[in-house]
Amino acid sequence: MKPLAERTGYTRRQWHYFWLGLLFASPWIIGFLVFTVYPFFSSLYFSLTAYDLFNPPQWVGLDNYKQIMSDERFYKSINNTLFMAFISVPISLASSLVIALMLNFKVKGINFYRTIFYLPAVIPVVASALLWTWMLNPDFGLINMFLRAVGLPDPAWLMDPRYTKPSLILMGLWGSGAGALIFLAALQGVPQQYYEAAQVDGANGWHRFWRITIPALSPIILFQLIMGLIGAFQIFTESYILAGGKSVSGSIGGPDQSLLFYAVNLYQEAFMNLKMGYASALAWILFIIVMAITLVLLKTSRRWVYYGGE
Amino acid sequence: MTAKLLRTKVFPHTMLILFSIFFLFPFVWLVFTSLKTSNEIFAMPPRILPEAFHWENYVAALETVPFPQYMWNTLVICVICIVGQLFAAPLVAYSISRIPWVGSKIIFAIVLATMILPFQVQLIPQYIIFAKLGWINTILPLTIGAFFGAPFYIFLLRQFLMGVPKELSEAAKIDGASEFRIYRQIILPTLKPALATVALFTFVGSYTDFMGPLIYLNDAAKWTITVGLQGFQQDHGAQWEQLMAASTIMAIPMILLYFFGQKYFMQSGSAFTGFK
Repeated sequence: MKPLAERTGYTRRQWHYFWLGLLFASPWIIGFLVFTVYPFFSSLYFSLTAYDLFNPPQWVGLDNYKQIMSDERFYKSINNTLFMAFISVPISLASSLVIALMLNFKVKGINFYRTIFYLPAVIPVVASALLWTWMLNPDFGLINMFLRAVGLPDPAWLMDPRYTKPSLILMGLWGSGAGALIFLAALQGVPQQYYEAAQVDGANGWHRFWRITIPALSPIILFQLIMGLIGAFQIFTESYILAGGKSVSGSIGGPDQSLLFYAVNLYQEAFMNLKMGYASALAWILFIIVMAITLVLLKTSRRWVYYGGE
Repeated sequence: MTAKLLRTKVFPHTMLILFSIFFLFPFVWLVFTSLKTSNEIFAMPPRILPEAFHWENYVAALETVPFPQYMWNTLVICVICIVGQLFAAPLVAYSISRIPWVGSKIIFAIVLATMILPFQVQLIPQYIIFAKLGWINTILPLTIGAFFGAPFYIFLLRQFLMGVPKELSEAAKIDGASEFRIYRQIILPTLKPALATVALFTFVGSYTDFMGPLIYLNDAAKWTITVGLQGFQQDHGAQWEQLMAASTIMAIPMILLYFFGQKYFMQSGSAFTGFK
């Protein structure tokens, strides 16, 4: 028999590195197979069954998917989630960028400001959601106290279905220092010559922002946009706490189900109603939506994302 | 001259100070509320400063709910997860950035792809696996994953490794050192700051995780601080002063960690910028 190296066209050295590479990567490969690949396909299987954990799964074909299509809660949760994805994500992205631009000012004590701006981002969501529940208290909260003082209307925030999602956005803005930090690092990497050259050509600050800063940041904007959208589809803790947790009736969606997001609905179907098959179908629809949005973004991004050095 | 001063000093500082107020004031409000009596909290018109500091709210919060127990439970999970990530993530990052093998590019692509995979797709089968193994209501489902390396940390460490010159390990290779020895004695030490970042983020991740413990831990004695605090909200929602005291207790470790490990938090920001 010929040596392995000749049969495969690989040299011994290449084989040596192959086994080494595999060995070093093996923790992740095993985890990927056991905790991602296997669950991924079995969740597809479960989505075609009725399964309550205690009795064996029963094949029901596409019933779960059909049922979802006529489920009011599904549409409610999709609407709420799309609101967060397409309203809240762009807002928080813009605010992160504005904060990053501010933190890029060349003034004394800038590190001190950076510390302050990032601080809310390290507070556990459960704690910050509780804090904001109190801040947004219609009668005794700080926000309405301020609004009344300047003569503005004072909404009931978390008790009024029209204002629950804006409440969530407001709370999100408070934590936008994390995104700002990523933008800041990118801003600091923009070559200074570009700005100098533009200045010589007589471009004003606004022009420089749109013609240099934004294109230079576009890969990071795309990255944060994708991560933000995926995050929006998984909003759970904020909603759970702001809606006051599990109520006596077992519902967790807040007033008029205005905080019933996709992941919240999925959690409720799976772990409160024990409809594992139905929830798996929900998870697969989520997967398809997220994939579709990501692909569309990646495709269309070719038109507006600029990679340096090309 | 004055126009320039306005543009380079006055305007930036004004903006920064205004925003600082927005970022800082909720903390001030949190602490002040936690020190008020319930009468003061519901006083009309509301007041900002407490009349006297009622530290007994903290004592009451700690007595109503076993927060030290929750803290301990959380800490155990955090430490195990850190150990797991520090074992697995650098190994995998080393494989995809330092070992010239055919799989390295494929593995890296899949690692990135899993970052955009919504975890809900795996959640239910994972729960079923853990249920069949009898692991529900134990910390195993919350910690085991760490020993396989999280995509985000693998990515982070890979970014750092790309910046470590190849010559550093070439010399040792010529001297006949094994790949594993190079990894342990040359690469790991240079990775220290990055590993500290991974440890810190793992800690923050486990400490703040809510959905995991909510799903896997039923027994109140095993709860982590997040689920404990939420339980406290459910049972004592009307006692805002205690609720705010409990929230403060929960936030303090994170704030301390942030002040001592600031430079590591900042590193995470720059790791992304090489992302192309």
